[in-house]
Amino acid sequence: MNAPAVALEAPPSEQRGIFLHNVSKVYPTQHSTVKIFDHVDLDIRYGEKLGVLGRNGAGKSTLMRLISGSELPTGGVVDRRMSTSWPLALGGGFQGSLTGMDNIRFISRVYDLDLEAAVAFVEEFTELGRYLREPVKIYSNGMRARLAFAISMVVEFDCFLIDEVIAVGDQRFREKCQAELFERRGDRAMVIISHDAEFVKHYCERAVVIHDKTVRHFPSVMEAYDFYLEHIA
Amino acid sequence: MRQATADLFRSLAIQRRVVFALFMRETMTRYGRHNIGFLWLFVEPMIFTLGITFLWTAMKSVHGSDLPITPFALTGYSAVLLWRNMPARTIGAIPPNLSLMYHRNVRVMDIYIARLLLEAVGATMSFVLLGVLFIFLGMIDPPEDLLKVAGGWLLLAYNGISMALMIGTLSERSELVDKIWHPLAYLIFPLSGAAFIVEALPHDAQQAVLYIPMVHGLEYLREGFFGSKFHPVYDLSYMILVATGMLLIGLVQMRTVARLVVPE
Repeated sequence: MNAPAVALEAPPSEQRGIFLHNVSKVYPTQHSTVKIFDHVDLDIRYGEKLGVLGRNGAGKSTLMRLISGSELPTGGVVDRRMSTSWPLALGGGFQGSLTGMDNIRFISRVYDLDLEAAVAFVEEFTELGRYLREPVKIYSNGMRARLAFAISMVVEFDCFLIDEVIAVGDQRFREKCQAELFERRGDRAMVIISHDAEFVKHYCERAVVIHDKTVRHFPSVMEAYDFYLEHIA
Repeated sequence: MRQATADLFRSLAIQRRVVFALFMRETMTRYGRHNIGFLWLFVEPMIFTLGITFLWTAMKSVHGSDLPITPFALTGYSAVLLWRNMPARTIGAIPPNLSLMYHRNVRVMDIYIARLLLEAVGATMSFVLLGVLFIFLGMIDPPEDLLKVAGGWLLLAYNGISMALMIGTLSERSELVDKIWHPLAYLIFPLSGAAFIVEALPHDAQQAVLYIPMVHGLEYLREGFFGSKFHPVYDLSYMILVATGMLLIGLVQMRTVARLVVPE
C-alpha cells in the first residue's frame, strides 16, 4: 500500500531509520541473471551521514533505489521507518515539454505541499525568473540542475539520497546547495555517493564499501577509504 | 480495525492525489498550452466521429432499413473510441514515466489509471457533446431511454479499461504485444459492431460476432438510443464476464510489472 511520503504521525526521531536485512538483488539479463547483491545488512538512522564507496557498476545506484523503495529487493527485507528522498542530482523526471512550474505543481500534488510556498522557494533558490514558465527542454544543463535540486528541497524528507549532487553547477550554486542541504537540513539522515574522498570525509561519520556483491562496514571513513583504495580502485 | 480503516482512507487519499497529479501532467504533456490546448482532449475524437457520421450519412450505407443513420454512426464510432484508444495509451505507458517511479507513492497502477481516466473523459465528452449538438440541431431524436444509454456507455468503458489494462501490462512483458495489437485493432474494427447491427447479419455471422464483448454493450447502448427501430441482440452477463476476466489478468500482470520496474 501507499505509505505517506511525509509521515503524518512520524515516529520519534530515535526510532526513525531504514534497515536492510539480508537483502539480495538479482537482475534478469538477455541470457541469464546477474546477482548484484547477496546478504546485505545495513542500518541508516535518522541524523546519520553515511558515505557509499564502490567502483562503477558495483551497485551504488541500485543500493540507492533499494533504500528509497523505488525498487524492491529480490530477497530479504527493507524496513523503512523514515521518509526518503529520490536520488538528488538526477535532472530526471522532467518531461521536456513541461515547464518548471508544471514540475513544481506535480511535486506539490504528489506530496501534498503548499503550492505557493513551494513556488516561492524554487523561484528564490533557482533564480530562473521567467524561465520557470518556459518548457524545460529549452533549459541549459545548469538550469535543469538548479531546478532539480530546488524541487528536491521543497519536500521535507527525513533522509536525503545524494548521488554526486554537488558536482553540478558553478561554484556559487554548489555553495548554495551545500548550505541548503548540510546546514539547514543538517539534522537529517543522508546517504552520499561520491568519488570525492575529501567530500565524503568532510560530511560523513561512517562509510561503507560495496565490494564483492555485499556491503562492507567500517568504523570510520578513513578505514573505508583505505580498504577501497587497496582492494578496488 | 479502526487503525486499518484509517490507514486505508489515508492510502486512498494519497492515491487520489497521485492520480490527479499524473492526470494533470499527462494532460499538459499531451496537449500543452498551444492553440486550444486541452480542448483537443475531446475535439480530436469529435472530429473523427463527425467525419465518420457525415461519411456514413452521405453514403446511406445501412441496409436500406429505416435505421436512423446519424445516431447509428454516433454510437458506433464513439464506442470504438472506448476500446481502440485505451490500449493504445496503456501500451508502453511505463518506460516514459520510469523517472516518476522514484516518488514512492507513484505506482505503476496510478500511471495506468491516470491515462485511462484521461481517455475515458475525452471519449465521454466527445460522445455527450456531439449527442447534445445533434439533438439541438434536430439531426437525431433524443435517446428513448437515457439510463440504458448511460449503462451501455459505462459497460463499454469498463470493457475498454479492462482490455487496456490487460494489453498494456502484457506489453511490458513482450514487445510482440505492441506489434500484434495494431493489426488486430484494424481487424476488430469492422467486427466490433460499429458498422452493423447484429440483427442484420446472417445467423452464423451473428454467432461469431457475439463472441466480441463490445458488440453486446453497443447493442444495449443503441437500444437505449433508438430501440424501437430494431431488435437488439445482447447478453450483458457474457460481456461483464469477459471484461472482468481481462481485468483480472491485467491486475495480476500489474503485480509482476510493478516488481520488475527499475526507475532510471
